Amino acid sequence: MADTLSYLGVPLSRPRVAFFELTSCEGCQLQIFNNEASLLDFLSLVEIVNFREAMTEKSDDYEIAFIEGSISRRDEVEKLKKIRRQAKVLVALGSCACFGGVNRLRNRFHDLDWVKKEVYGDFPVDTAEVQPLEAQVPVDLKIYGCPIKKEEVERVISNLVLGKAVTPPEYPVCMECKAHENLCLYELGEPCLGPITRAGCDAWCPDNRRGCWGCRGPAEEANVKELEKIMRRYHFSREIIIDRLECFGGFAAYVDKLRAPGRHTHG
Amino acid sequence: MIFKVFKKKELAALYELLAVNAVVGPVRKGTDRHNQPLNDFARVYSFADLALDYSTTVHSPKRFVLPYRKDLARFTVNEQKWRKETDLDTERPVVFFGMHACDINALNKLDKVLAESVYPVSSYIRKRRNMFIIGLNCRPSPQCFCRSMGTDSVLHGYDMFLTDLGDKYFAEISSVTAFNFLQQIKCRDPGPGDERQYEAVTAEKTARFTTEVDTSDLTKILDLEFYSPAWDRWGRKCLSCGTCANVCPTCYCYGVEESVDLNLQEAHKTRFLYSCNLHDFAKVAGGHNFRPLASTRLKYRYYHKHRGFVEAFEESLCVGCGRCGAACLAGITPPEVIADVRGKKKCVHGREEKHDE
Ligand code: SF4
Ligand code: SF4
Ligand code: SF4
Ligand code: SF4
Ligand code: SF4
Repeated sequence: MADTLSYLGVPLSRPRVAFFELTSCEGCQLQIFNNEASLLDFLSLVEIVNFREAMTEKSDDYEIAFIEGSISRRDEVEKLKKIRRQAKVLVALGSCACFGGVNRLRNRFHDLDWVKKEVYGDFPVDTAEVQPLEAQVPVDLKIYGCPIKKEEVERVISNLVLGKAVTPPEYPVCMECKAHENLCLYELGEPCLGPITRAGCDAWCPDNRRGCWGCRGPAEEANVKELEKIMRRYHFSREIIIDRLECFGGFAAYVDKLRAPGRHTHG
Repeated sequence: MIFKVFKKKELAALYELLAVNAVVGPVRKGTDRHNQPLNDFARVYSFADLALDYSTTVHSPKRFVLPYRKDLARFTVNEQKWRKETDLDTERPVVFFGMHACDINALNKLDKVLAESVYPVSSYIRKRRNMFIIGLNCRPSPQCFCRSMGTDSVLHGYDMFLTDLGDKYFAEISSVTAFNFLQQIKCRDPGPGDERQYEAVTAEKTARFTTEVDTSDLTKILDLEFYSPAWDRWGRKCLSCGTCANVCPTCYCYGVEESVDLNLQEAHKTRFLYSCNLHDFAKVAGGHNFRPLASTRLKYRYYHKHRGFVEAFEESLCVGCGRCGAACLAGITPPEVIADVRGKKKCVHGREEKHDE
């Protein structure tokens, strides 16, 4: 592995990178090791100093921290703040870190003590409302997706090394879906959040004839109100709309508005 | 113009003669939830795959000349040097079998910008020069308003244009290549009977149009109605999704991005089609967005199609194929938007409601 990097003769430094997880399924981290073809190139661009999923040695001397997962316990807040103090660049990796992710569904229930008792019985657990990273610390960069798209992380890394700006698409999934000339799922009788969800996954679900569930959260302009009307016009119930919007946490603010009268409680 | 007539079954023979080349034509791609066929252009490998009775395809044939994504150049990079390689697009001929008048007109309009302008696009021109186009007369569907746009018939830009006369085709020939191919199948000169029949069929087609757009003085009216509340009414519905531009046969806007491979040894310059309805279409360096509102972006889409292009080329950049309206989930259709801006009709909300009526 080369110790020095250069591009067109200009020396570049290999950033020291660490990976951490809070409450998550570790699926996003796994994605990074999912592509053997480019793994070596990836590893030669950065120096990984902390990655529980793939190595045992650890160091607390890093510049870029990738954090997967959401905050769901008090001790995680401390862990996160410590990482923030060390990292020059803090990256929220995946929808749990960006929005709370699927974990956020727990916030449907007002009464956490009741939830704890249902799930863990009398076993003592520390649990709190699920939050995205930015509820506690400033986040420099978000990589959306559940899971993330490996190509996107690779692009982010090479841009960071080259000092290029990193920007996710502002437009929604429909843009990518139409560029693949898919038949629109609404025409085929299925719901899809593609018109309001941030692109970047290359229309992963619609390409496989499945409607988008909004895992990458809202596009820069997300006309949720109009999509709600559209879904009703195509005979999809309010519950179907809310379920989809709520699944990955990115549309939490919209769901609260939709659900305004009568939020879910236990019982 | 030379006219010929040939029996229906001769078309398969013509196909076989042409099929030594790649053939692209309309095919059934699926059925919608009302069990209606959905068609698209695709490579075909047998005459039987062609769905020649198709109504407007979901997507336009644009991608065959203007792909959604294309590498313009590839760079090999090493310590001190870089080398640029461009794909010269040495194209082989492609036969387009059964293109409607609107889509041929759309290609002619694209030519004005991409081939005949100050900055011609070489990859586009190569593809265009290698097209052999067989046009096909259509039956207008409710979404079509090409007649209002003057694009329901086409004067040039095809090799041969066919009209179905029941048991035979009436062929208009406008290239030597087409003439030579027709020499190889059984065809004859039309007699007065064929001519009357052709006129009857085209008159019947004309009578079938149900959707109209009043284009008289439209450039001026658009200028006058710059602040019309109609733009907000439709803008509120717009999802800023870019679907309208993607399915449109004449939208040509694109962006270019440069990327470096993970191994730092290769880089790419890539062109991708874009849409003026997308949130950051008019965002400039430094972050300022000249059109942050969906209603403004929607308005400018109509301004480019029906005003700016008309002023530059004396014709509209819309051929009235109706694809954008059919594909727009929010039900934003040019006939309704333009009528609303003209203060003519009350706007009808969404095609879905119309279906269900
Ligand atoms: S299938 Fe979904 S993403 Fe694709 S065009 Fe339709 S709504 Fe958009
Ligand atoms: S299509 Fe939607 S749910 Fe599927 S990966 Fe993309 S953003 Fe996520
Ligand atoms: S007009 Fe329709 S298709 Fe076009 S961007 Fe708006 S919602 Fe999408
Ligand atoms: S603007 Fe709409 S109707 Fe006009 S050419 Fe484009 S897709 Fe067809
Ligand atoms: S400005 Fe808009 S309407 Fe005009 S070509 Fe570009 S995308 Fe199409």
